[in-house]
Amino acid sequence: MFKPTQMDSNEFNQIITQVHQIGKDIVAPNAQDVDEKARFPKEGIEALKGLKLLSSYVPESLGGMGMSIEQVSKVCEVLGHYCGSTAMIYAMHKIQVACIVHHCLDENYYQGYVDKLVSEQRLIASATTEIGIGGDLLSSFCAVEATDGNFELEKKAPVISYAEDADDLMITARRNPDAAKSDQVGVLVSKEQYEVEPISDWDTLGFRGTCSSGFVVKAKASVEQISPVSFTEVLSQTMHPYSHIVWASLWSGIAASAVDKARKFVKNAMRKNPNMPPISSVRLAEVETLLYDMKNNVTASIIDYDKLLAKGDTDAFTNFGFAIRVNNLKIKSSQLLIDIVGQSMMICGIASYRNNSDMTLGRHIRDAYGASLMVNNDRIMMHNSSLVLMHKEEAGRV
Amino acid sequence: MNIEKVREILSTHGRLTTPVDQLQDDSDLYQAGLTSLATVGLMLALEDEFDIEFPDSALSRKTFGSIESIAETVEDLSE
Repeated sequence: MFKPTQMDSNEFNQIITQVHQIGKDIVAPNAQDVDEKARFPKEGIEALKGLKLLSSYVPESLGGMGMSIEQVSKVCEVLGHYCGSTAMIYAMHKIQVACIVHHCLDENYYQGYVDKLVSEQRLIASATTEIGIGGDLLSSFCAVEATDGNFELEKKAPVISYAEDADDLMITARRNPDAAKSDQVGVLVSKEQYEVEPISDWDTLGFRGTCSSGFVVKAKASVEQISPVSFTEVLSQTMHPYSHIVWASLWSGIAASAVDKARKFVKNAMRKNPNMPPISSVRLAEVETLLYDMKNNVTASIIDYDKLLAKGDTDAFTNFGFAIRVNNLKIKSSQLLIDIVGQSMMICGIASYRNNSDMTLGRHIRDAYGASLMVNNDRIMMHNSSLVLMHKEEAGRV
Repeated sequence: MNIEKVREILSTHGRLTTPVDQLQDDSDLYQAGLTSLATVGLMLALEDEFDIEFPDSALSRKTFGSIESIAETVEDLSE
Protein backbone atom coordinates (compact mmCIF):
# COMPACT_ATOMS: atom_id res chain seq x y z
CA MET A 1 0.00 0.00 0.00
CA PHE A 2 1.08 3.57 -0.75
CA LYS A 3 3.00 5.38 1.99
CA PRO A 4 2.28 9.11 2.19
CA THR A 5 5.12 11.54 1.50
CA GLN A 6 5.47 15.25 2.14
CA MET A 7 7.19 18.08 0.30
CA ASP A 8 9.77 20.12 2.21
CA SER A 9 7.85 22.94 3.88
CA ASN A 10 10.12 25.76 2.61
CA GLU A 11 9.81 24.55 -0.95
CA PHE A 12 6.08 24.08 -0.46
CA ASN A 13 5.67 27.65 0.81
CA GLN A 14 7.45 28.91 -2.29
CA ILE A 15 4.98 26.97 -4.41
CA ILE A 16 2.07 28.47 -2.48
CA THR A 17 3.48 31.97 -3.13
CA GLN A 18 3.58 31.13 -6.84
CA VAL A 19 0.02 29.77 -6.77
CA HIS A 20 -1.16 33.04 -5.16
CA GLN A 21 0.70 34.91 -7.89
CA ILE A 22 -1.01 33.05 -10.75
CA GLY A 23 -4.25 33.30 -8.79
CA LYS A 24 -4.02 37.11 -8.78
CA ASP A 25 -2.48 37.55 -12.24
CA ILE A 26 -4.27 34.87 -14.26
CA VAL A 27 -7.03 32.94 -12.48
CA ALA A 28 -8.98 35.79 -10.87
CA PRO A 29 -8.88 38.13 -13.91
CA ASN A 30 -10.44 35.36 -16.04
CA ALA A 31 -12.93 34.11 -13.46
CA GLN A 32 -15.77 36.39 -14.55
CA ASP A 33 -15.41 35.50 -18.21
CA VAL A 34 -15.19 31.78 -17.39
CA ASP A 35 -18.38 32.14 -15.33
CA GLU A 36 -20.29 34.22 -17.88
CA LYS A 37 -19.46 31.99 -20.83
CA ALA A 38 -19.44 28.68 -18.88
CA ARG A 39 -16.09 28.00 -20.53
CA PHE A 40 -13.09 25.94 -19.49
CA PRO A 41 -10.59 28.06 -17.48
CA LYS A 42 -7.79 27.37 -19.93
CA GLU A 43 -5.47 30.15 -18.77
CA GLY A 44 -5.48 29.05 -15.14
CA ILE A 45 -4.99 25.36 -15.89
CA GLU A 46 -2.14 26.19 -18.31
CA ALA A 47 -0.50 28.27 -15.57
CA LEU A 48 -0.77 25.35 -13.14
CA LYS A 49 0.82 23.11 -15.76
CA GLY A 50 3.61 25.68 -16.04
CA LEU A 51 4.34 25.19 -12.33
CA LYS A 52 4.25 21.39 -12.83
CA LEU A 53 1.38 21.25 -10.36
CA LEU A 54 -0.56 18.60 -12.27
CA SER A 55 1.94 16.04 -10.96
CA SER A 56 2.36 17.55 -7.49
CA TYR A 57 1.06 14.39 -5.76
CA VAL A 58 3.40 12.09 -7.73
CA PRO A 59 6.26 10.95 -5.42
CA GLU A 60 9.58 12.77 -5.88
CA SER A 61 11.27 9.51 -6.86
CA LEU A 62 9.03 9.44 -9.95
CA GLY A 63 9.61 13.05 -10.90
CA GLY A 64 6.70 14.69 -9.04
CA MET A 65 6.76 17.03 -6.05
CA GLY A 66 5.83 14.39 -3.48
CA MET A 67 3.20 16.61 -1.87
CA SER A 68 1.14 15.24 1.02
CA ILE A 69 -2.66 15.25 0.90
CA GLU A 70 -2.62 18.24 3.22
CA GLN A 71 -0.35 20.13 0.83
CA VAL A 72 -2.46 19.27 -2.22
CA SER A 73 -5.56 20.40 -0.36
CA LYS A 74 -3.85 23.71 0.51
CA VAL A 75 -3.23 24.32 -3.20
CA CYS A 76 -6.93 23.63 -3.83
CA GLU A 77 -7.88 26.04 -1.05
CA VAL A 78 -5.71 28.82 -2.49
CA LEU A 79 -7.21 28.31 -5.95
CA GLY A 80 -10.69 28.43 -4.41
CA HIS A 81 -9.95 32.02 -3.35
CA TYR A 82 -9.62 33.08 -6.98
CA CYS A 83 -11.99 30.88 -9.02
CA GLY A 84 -14.17 28.02 -7.81
CA SER A 85 -14.26 26.30 -11.20
CA THR A 86 -10.49 26.33 -11.67
CA ALA A 87 -10.05 24.97 -8.14
CA MET A 88 -12.70 22.29 -8.74
CA ILE A 89 -11.04 21.12 -11.97
CA TYR A 90 -7.64 21.00 -10.28
CA ALA A 91 -9.13 19.03 -7.35
CA MET A 92 -10.93 16.55 -9.63
CA HIS A 93 -7.70 15.99 -11.56
CA LYS A 94 -5.75 15.39 -8.32
CA ILE A 95 -8.30 12.76 -7.24
CA GLN A 96 -7.51 10.78 -10.39
CA VAL A 97 -3.77 11.24 -9.87
CA ALA A 98 -4.13 9.96 -6.30
CA CYS A 99 -6.00 6.85 -7.52
CA ILE A 100 -3.11 6.08 -9.90
CA VAL A 101 -0.39 6.82 -7.32
CA HIS A 102 -2.09 4.78 -4.59
CA HIS A 103 -3.12 1.75 -6.64
CA CYS A 104 -1.47 1.40 -10.03
CA LEU A 105 2.27 2.04 -9.73
CA ASP A 106 3.25 -1.64 -9.81
CA GLU A 107 2.02 -1.86 -13.40
CA ASN A 108 4.30 -1.12 -16.38
CA TYR A 109 1.62 0.77 -18.26
CA TYR A 110 0.90 3.08 -15.35
CA GLN A 111 4.60 3.66 -14.58
CA GLY A 112 4.96 4.86 -18.17
CA TYR A 113 1.83 6.93 -17.81
CA VAL A 114 3.14 8.71 -14.70
CA ASP A 115 6.33 9.64 -16.63
CA LYS A 116 4.12 11.25 -19.28
CA LEU A 117 1.99 12.94 -16.61
CA VAL A 118 5.13 14.54 -15.15
CA SER A 119 6.70 15.58 -18.47
CA GLU A 120 3.56 16.57 -20.38
CA GLN A 121 1.40 17.74 -17.42
CA ARG A 122 -1.63 15.85 -18.71
CA LEU A 123 -5.09 16.68 -17.36
CA ILE A 124 -7.27 13.72 -16.31
CA ALA A 125 -11.09 13.78 -16.35
CA SER A 126 -13.37 11.01 -15.10
CA ALA A 127 -16.62 9.28 -16.08
CA THR A 128 -17.90 7.51 -12.99
CA THR A 129 -21.68 7.99 -13.02
CA GLU A 130 -23.91 6.41 -15.65
CA ILE A 131 -27.35 7.21 -17.01
CA GLY A 132 -29.95 4.87 -15.48
CA ILE A 133 -27.88 3.97 -12.40
CA GLY A 134 -29.01 6.90 -10.24
CA GLY A 135 -25.73 8.28 -8.99
CA ASP A 136 -24.40 5.10 -7.37
CA LEU A 137 -20.69 4.99 -8.18
CA LEU A 138 -20.52 1.33 -7.17
CA SER A 139 -22.70 0.07 -10.04
CA SER A 140 -22.24 0.04 -13.79
CA PHE A 141 -24.26 -1.16 -16.76
CA CYS A 142 -21.48 -0.68 -19.29
CA ALA A 143 -18.76 -3.31 -19.52
CA VAL A 144 -15.20 -3.67 -20.76
CA GLU A 145 -15.27 -5.98 -23.80
CA ALA A 146 -11.82 -7.41 -24.33
CA THR A 147 -10.49 -9.34 -27.33
CA ASP A 148 -6.85 -10.10 -28.20
CA GLY A 149 -5.29 -7.74 -25.72
CA ASN A 150 -7.49 -4.78 -26.57
CA PHE A 151 -10.83 -3.65 -25.25
CA GLU A 152 -13.80 -1.58 -26.29
CA LEU A 153 -16.12 0.30 -23.99
CA GLU A 154 -19.13 2.55 -24.45
CA LYS A 155 -20.63 4.53 -21.58
CA LYS A 156 -23.51 7.00 -21.35
CA ALA A 157 -22.34 9.42 -18.68
CA PRO A 158 -24.72 12.10 -17.35
CA VAL A 159 -21.69 14.16 -16.31
CA ILE A 160 -18.08 14.30 -17.40
CA SER A 161 -16.45 17.48 -16.16
CA TYR A 162 -14.08 19.18 -18.66
CA ALA A 163 -14.35 16.14 -20.97
CA GLU A 164 -13.45 18.14 -24.05
CA ASP A 165 -10.38 19.78 -22.52
CA ALA A 166 -8.83 16.78 -20.78
CA ASP A 167 -5.89 14.76 -22.06
CA ASP A 168 -6.99 11.49 -20.48
CA LEU A 169 -10.18 10.00 -19.12
CA MET A 170 -10.78 7.48 -16.33
CA ILE A 171 -13.95 5.45 -16.97
CA THR A 172 -15.54 2.94 -14.61
CA ALA A 173 -17.26 -0.13 -16.05
CA ARG A 174 -18.05 -3.74 -15.30
CA ARG A 175 -14.96 -5.95 -15.57
CA ASN A 176 -16.49 -7.95 -18.48
CA PRO A 177 -19.92 -8.37 -20.08
CA ASP A 178 -20.81 -11.24 -17.67
CA ALA A 179 -19.74 -9.45 -14.49
CA ALA A 180 -22.17 -8.27 -11.79
CA LYS A 181 -23.11 -4.57 -11.72
CA SER A 182 -20.84 -4.04 -8.72
CA ASP A 183 -17.83 -5.92 -10.17
CA GLN A 184 -16.15 -2.84 -11.58
CA VAL A 185 -12.77 -1.70 -12.81
CA GLY A 186 -11.43 1.68 -13.87
CA VAL A 187 -9.74 2.18 -17.23
CA LEU A 188 -7.51 5.11 -18.11
CA VAL A 189 -7.66 6.10 -21.77
CA SER A 190 -5.85 8.88 -23.65
CA LYS A 191 -7.65 11.40 -25.82
CA GLU A 192 -6.62 9.69 -29.07
CA GLN A 193 -8.26 6.50 -27.74
CA TYR A 194 -11.72 7.88 -27.01
CA GLU A 195 -14.46 9.97 -28.55
CA VAL A 196 -17.07 11.92 -26.67
CA GLU A 197 -20.43 12.94 -28.09
CA PRO A 198 -22.38 15.50 -26.04
CA ILE A 199 -25.86 14.49 -24.89
CA SER A 200 -26.59 17.37 -22.50
CA ASP A 201 -25.20 20.83 -21.90
CA TRP A 202 -23.92 22.58 -18.77
CA ASP A 203 -25.85 25.81 -18.25
CA THR A 204 -25.98 25.87 -14.46
CA LEU A 205 -26.03 28.47 -11.71
CA GLY A 206 -22.52 27.78 -10.52
CA PHE A 207 -19.23 25.96 -11.14
CA ARG A 208 -19.92 26.90 -14.73
CA GLY A 209 -16.30 26.60 -15.81
CA THR A 210 -16.17 22.91 -14.94
CA CYS A 211 -18.12 22.27 -18.17
CA SER A 212 -19.76 19.18 -16.66
CA SER A 213 -21.96 18.17 -19.60
CA GLY A 214 -23.21 14.67 -20.31
CA PHE A 215 -21.56 12.56 -22.99
CA VAL A 216 -21.58 9.20 -24.68
CA VAL A 217 -17.98 8.00 -24.52
CA LYS A 218 -16.60 5.36 -26.86
CA ALA A 219 -13.14 4.06 -26.02
CA LYS A 220 -10.77 1.54 -27.60
CA ALA A 221 -7.50 0.78 -25.87
CA SER A 222 -5.15 -1.89 -24.57
CA VAL A 223 -6.11 -4.18 -21.67
CA GLU A 224 -2.93 -2.96 -19.90
CA GLN A 225 -4.83 0.24 -19.26
CA ILE A 226 -7.35 -1.51 -17.00
CA SER A 227 -6.65 -0.66 -13.36
CA PRO A 228 -5.07 -3.62 -11.51
CA VAL A 229 -7.37 -3.31 -8.48
CA SER A 230 -11.15 -3.36 -8.30
CA PHE A 231 -12.94 -0.03 -8.32
CA THR A 232 -14.55 -0.85 -4.94
CA GLU A 233 -11.07 -0.77 -3.37
CA VAL A 234 -10.02 2.36 -5.21
CA LEU A 235 -13.21 4.10 -4.09
CA SER A 236 -13.01 3.19 -0.39
CA GLN A 237 -9.25 3.65 0.00
CA THR A 238 -8.71 6.69 -2.18
CA MET A 239 -11.42 8.26 -4.30
CA HIS A 240 -14.04 8.70 -1.57
CA PRO A 241 -11.85 10.18 1.21
CA TYR A 242 -9.50 12.06 -1.12
CA SER A 243 -12.31 13.73 -3.08
CA HIS A 244 -14.19 14.90 -0.02
CA ILE A 245 -10.97 16.32 1.46
CA VAL A 246 -9.90 18.24 -1.64
CA TRP A 247 -13.43 19.47 -2.35
CA ALA A 248 -13.94 20.65 1.22
CA SER A 249 -10.57 22.41 0.99
CA LEU A 250 -11.40 24.34 -2.15
CA TRP A 251 -14.83 25.20 -0.75
CA SER A 252 -13.11 26.64 2.31
CA GLY A 253 -11.08 28.79 -0.12
CA ILE A 254 -14.31 30.08 -1.72
CA ALA A 255 -15.73 30.73 1.76
CA ALA A 256 -12.56 32.53 2.88
CA SER A 257 -12.66 34.76 -0.17
CA ALA A 258 -16.26 35.75 0.65
CA VAL A 259 -15.21 36.51 4.24
CA ASP A 260 -12.29 38.59 2.89
CA LYS A 261 -14.78 40.75 1.01
CA ALA A 262 -16.91 41.07 4.13
CA ARG A 263 -13.83 42.14 6.12
CA LYS A 264 -12.98 44.75 3.52
CA PHE A 265 -16.51 46.07 3.73
CA VAL A 266 -16.47 46.31 7.52
CA LYS A 267 -13.08 48.02 7.51
CA ASN A 268 -14.38 50.64 5.07
CA ALA A 269 -17.37 51.22 7.30
CA MET A 270 -15.09 51.63 10.34
CA ARG A 271 -12.96 54.13 8.43
CA LYS A 272 -16.03 56.25 7.75
CA ASN A 273 -17.21 56.15 11.34
CA PRO A 274 -14.36 55.16 13.69
CA ASN A 275 -16.30 55.82 16.90
CA MET A 276 -19.07 53.36 16.33
CA PRO A 277 -18.29 49.76 15.44
CA PRO A 278 -20.91 48.70 12.89
CA ILE A 279 -23.24 45.76 13.53
CA SER A 280 -21.49 44.16 10.60
CA SER A 281 -18.29 43.81 12.66
CA VAL A 282 -20.16 41.48 15.03
CA ARG A 283 -21.48 39.56 12.04
CA LEU A 284 -17.93 39.33 10.72
CA ALA A 285 -16.74 37.85 14.00
CA GLU A 286 -19.58 35.34 13.80
CA VAL A 287 -18.87 34.29 10.26
CA GLU A 288 -15.20 33.84 11.16
CA THR A 289 -16.20 31.16 13.65
CA LEU A 290 -17.96 29.25 10.86
CA LEU A 291 -14.93 29.51 8.62
CA TYR A 292 -12.81 28.24 11.50
CA ASP A 293 -15.13 25.21 11.82
CA MET A 294 -14.99 24.58 8.13
CA LYS A 295 -11.20 24.60 7.97
CA ASN A 296 -10.85 22.50 11.12
CA ASN A 297 -13.15 19.84 9.71
CA VAL A 298 -10.82 19.47 6.75
CA THR A 299 -7.78 19.25 9.01
CA ALA A 300 -9.44 16.59 11.17
CA SER A 301 -10.30 14.53 8.11
CA ILE A 302 -6.77 14.76 6.76
CA ILE A 303 -5.39 13.50 10.10
CA ASP A 304 -7.96 10.68 10.10
CA TYR A 305 -7.09 9.64 6.54
CA ASP A 306 -3.32 9.99 6.96
CA LYS A 307 -3.49 7.71 10.00
CA LEU A 308 -5.19 4.98 8.00
CA LEU A 309 -2.73 5.36 5.13
CA ALA A 310 0.21 5.16 7.55
CA LYS A 311 -1.29 2.02 9.11
CA GLY A 312 -1.39 0.37 5.69
CA ASP A 313 -4.40 -1.78 6.64
CA THR A 314 -6.54 -1.73 3.51
CA ASP A 315 -9.57 -3.22 5.31
CA ALA A 316 -9.65 -0.31 7.77
CA PHE A 317 -10.88 2.00 4.99
CA THR A 318 -14.11 0.02 4.71
CA ASN A 319 -14.95 0.67 8.37
CA PHE A 320 -18.42 2.23 8.51
CA GLY A 321 -17.28 4.84 11.03
CA PHE A 322 -14.63 6.10 8.61
CA ALA A 323 -17.15 6.19 5.73
CA ILE A 324 -19.59 8.18 7.90
CA ARG A 325 -16.89 10.69 8.91
CA VAL A 326 -15.80 11.17 5.30
CA ASN A 327 -19.42 11.76 4.27
CA ASN A 328 -19.93 14.14 7.20
CA LEU A 329 -17.03 16.26 5.95
CA LYS A 330 -18.73 16.67 2.56
CA ILE A 331 -22.20 17.34 3.96
CA LYS A 332 -21.09 19.79 6.66
CA SER A 333 -18.56 21.66 4.52
CA SER A 334 -21.03 22.22 1.70
CA GLN A 335 -23.67 23.46 4.18
CA LEU A 336 -21.16 25.77 5.86
CA LEU A 337 -20.16 27.17 2.48
CA ILE A 338 -23.73 28.34 1.82
CA ASP A 339 -23.98 29.76 5.37
CA ILE A 340 -20.66 31.59 5.18
CA VAL A 341 -21.23 33.12 1.76
CA GLY A 342 -24.81 34.03 2.76
CA GLN A 343 -23.67 35.75 5.96
CA SER A 344 -20.89 37.54 4.09
CA MET A 345 -23.59 38.89 1.77
CA MET A 346 -25.55 40.15 4.78
CA ILE A 347 -22.42 42.01 5.88
CA CYS A 348 -21.67 43.55 2.48
CA GLY A 349 -25.33 44.30 1.75
CA ILE A 350 -26.57 45.37 -1.64
CA ALA A 351 -23.02 45.80 -2.95
CA SER A 352 -22.56 42.03 -2.81
CA TYR A 353 -25.95 41.46 -4.46
CA ARG A 354 -25.03 43.55 -7.49
CA ASN A 355 -23.36 41.70 -10.32
CA ASN A 356 -21.35 44.70 -11.43
CA SER A 357 -19.70 45.77 -8.18
CA ASP A 358 -16.24 45.03 -6.78
CA MET A 359 -17.96 43.55 -3.75
CA THR A 360 -20.18 41.16 -5.71
CA LEU A 361 -20.63 37.70 -4.22
CA GLY A 362 -22.84 36.48 -7.07
CA ARG A 363 -20.47 33.80 -8.31
CA HIS A 364 -19.65 32.73 -4.74
CA ILE A 365 -23.28 32.12 -3.76
CA ARG A 366 -24.03 30.31 -7.02
CA ASP A 367 -20.94 28.10 -6.66
CA ALA A 368 -21.84 27.49 -3.00
CA TYR A 369 -25.11 25.73 -3.88
CA GLY A 370 -23.23 23.50 -6.33
CA ALA A 371 -21.23 22.03 -3.46
CA SER A 372 -24.43 20.62 -1.93
CA LEU A 373 -26.08 19.66 -5.21
CA MET A 374 -23.43 18.41 -7.63
CA VAL A 375 -23.03 15.27 -5.54
CA ASN A 376 -26.36 15.51 -3.78
CA ASN A 377 -26.12 15.82 0.01
CA ASP A 378 -29.46 14.04 0.45
CA ARG A 379 -28.16 10.93 -1.28
CA ILE A 380 -25.10 10.92 0.99
CA MET A 381 -27.34 11.53 4.00
CA MET A 382 -29.55 8.56 3.02
CA HIS A 383 -26.47 6.38 2.83
CA ASN A 384 -25.26 7.61 6.21
CA SER A 385 -28.71 7.01 7.67
CA SER A 386 -28.12 3.26 7.22
CA LEU A 387 -24.53 3.35 8.40
CA VAL A 388 -25.22 5.34 11.59
CA LEU A 389 -27.64 2.66 12.79
CA MET A 390 -24.79 0.19 12.87
CA HIS A 391 -21.86 2.34 13.83
CA LYS A 392 -21.01 2.85 17.48
CA GLU A 393 -18.22 5.29 18.16
CA GLU A 394 -15.93 3.80 20.78
CA ALA A 395 -15.00 6.66 23.06
CA GLY A 396 -11.36 7.20 23.80
CA ARG A 397 -10.01 5.17 20.92
CA VAL A 398 -7.00 6.81 19.21
CA MET B 1 -20.83 -24.19 12.61
CA ASN B 2 -22.74 -20.93 12.20
CA ILE B 3 -22.71 -21.09 8.43
CA GLU B 4 -26.20 -22.57 8.04
CA LYS B 5 -27.74 -20.12 10.49
CA VAL B 6 -26.00 -17.22 8.74
CA ARG B 7 -27.33 -18.44 5.39
CA GLU B 8 -30.84 -18.58 6.85
CA ILE B 9 -30.65 -15.06 8.26
CA LEU B 10 -29.12 -13.80 5.04
CA SER B 11 -31.95 -15.22 2.97
CA THR B 12 -34.52 -13.49 5.21
CA HIS B 13 -32.78 -10.14 5.70
CA GLY B 14 -30.16 -9.80 2.95
CA ARG B 15 -32.55 -8.75 0.13
CA LEU B 16 -30.06 -10.24 -2.32
CA THR B 17 -30.63 -10.37 -6.05
CA THR B 18 -28.98 -13.81 -6.20
CA PRO B 19 -30.67 -16.53 -4.08
CA VAL B 20 -28.55 -17.52 -1.10
CA ASP B 21 -28.50 -21.22 -2.04
CA GLN B 22 -26.75 -20.28 -5.27
CA LEU B 23 -23.90 -18.59 -3.38
CA GLN B 24 -20.64 -20.13 -2.21
CA ASP B 25 -19.46 -19.39 1.32
CA ASP B 26 -16.83 -17.05 -0.11
CA SER B 27 -19.00 -15.39 -2.80
CA ASP B 28 -19.00 -11.60 -2.75
CA LEU B 29 -22.31 -10.56 -1.19
CA TYR B 30 -22.13 -7.02 -2.61
CA GLN B 31 -21.99 -8.53 -6.07
CA ALA B 32 -24.98 -10.65 -5.02
CA GLY B 33 -26.88 -7.41 -4.37
CA LEU B 34 -26.27 -6.61 -0.69
CA THR B 35 -26.90 -2.90 -0.05
CA SER B 36 -25.96 -0.76 2.93
CA LEU B 37 -29.61 -0.55 4.01
CA ALA B 38 -29.99 -4.35 3.90
CA THR B 39 -26.76 -4.64 5.90
CA VAL B 40 -28.48 -2.85 8.78
CA GLY B 41 -31.31 -5.41 8.90
CA LEU B 42 -28.83 -8.22 8.56
CA MET B 43 -26.70 -6.91 11.41
CA LEU B 44 -29.69 -6.47 13.73
CA ALA B 45 -30.91 -10.00 12.98
CA LEU B 46 -27.45 -11.47 13.59
CA GLU B 47 -27.16 -9.59 16.90
CA ASP B 48 -30.55 -10.92 18.03
CA GLU B 49 -29.99 -14.48 16.88
CA PHE B 50 -26.53 -14.93 18.37
CA ASP B 51 -26.96 -12.54 21.30
CA ILE B 52 -23.88 -10.55 20.34
CA GLU B 53 -23.04 -6.92 19.67
CA PHE B 54 -20.87 -5.90 16.75
CA PRO B 55 -18.11 -3.55 17.96
CA ASP B 56 -16.99 -0.65 15.76
CA SER B 57 -13.86 -2.52 14.69
CA ALA B 58 -16.01 -5.28 13.13
CA LEU B 59 -18.34 -2.88 11.36
CA SER B 60 -16.83 -2.73 7.92
CA ARG B 61 -17.72 -3.60 4.38
CA LYS B 62 -15.32 -6.52 4.65
CA THR B 63 -17.17 -8.14 7.59
CA PHE B 64 -20.39 -8.37 5.59
CA GLY B 65 -18.61 -9.21 2.33
CA SER B 66 -19.17 -13.00 2.39
CA ILE B 67 -21.07 -15.70 4.29
CA GLU B 68 -17.73 -17.01 5.53
CA SER B 69 -16.60 -13.66 6.84
CA ILE B 70 -19.92 -13.05 8.64
CA ALA B 71 -19.77 -16.52 10.24
CA GLU B 72 -16.15 -15.97 11.36
CA THR B 73 -17.00 -12.61 12.91
CA VAL B 74 -20.04 -14.07 14.68
CA GLU B 75 -17.88 -16.87 16.01
CA ASP B 76 -15.23 -14.45 17.31
CA LEU B 77 -17.89 -12.35 19.02
CA SER B 78 -19.63 -15.35 20.57
CA GLU B 79 -16.49 -16.52 22.34
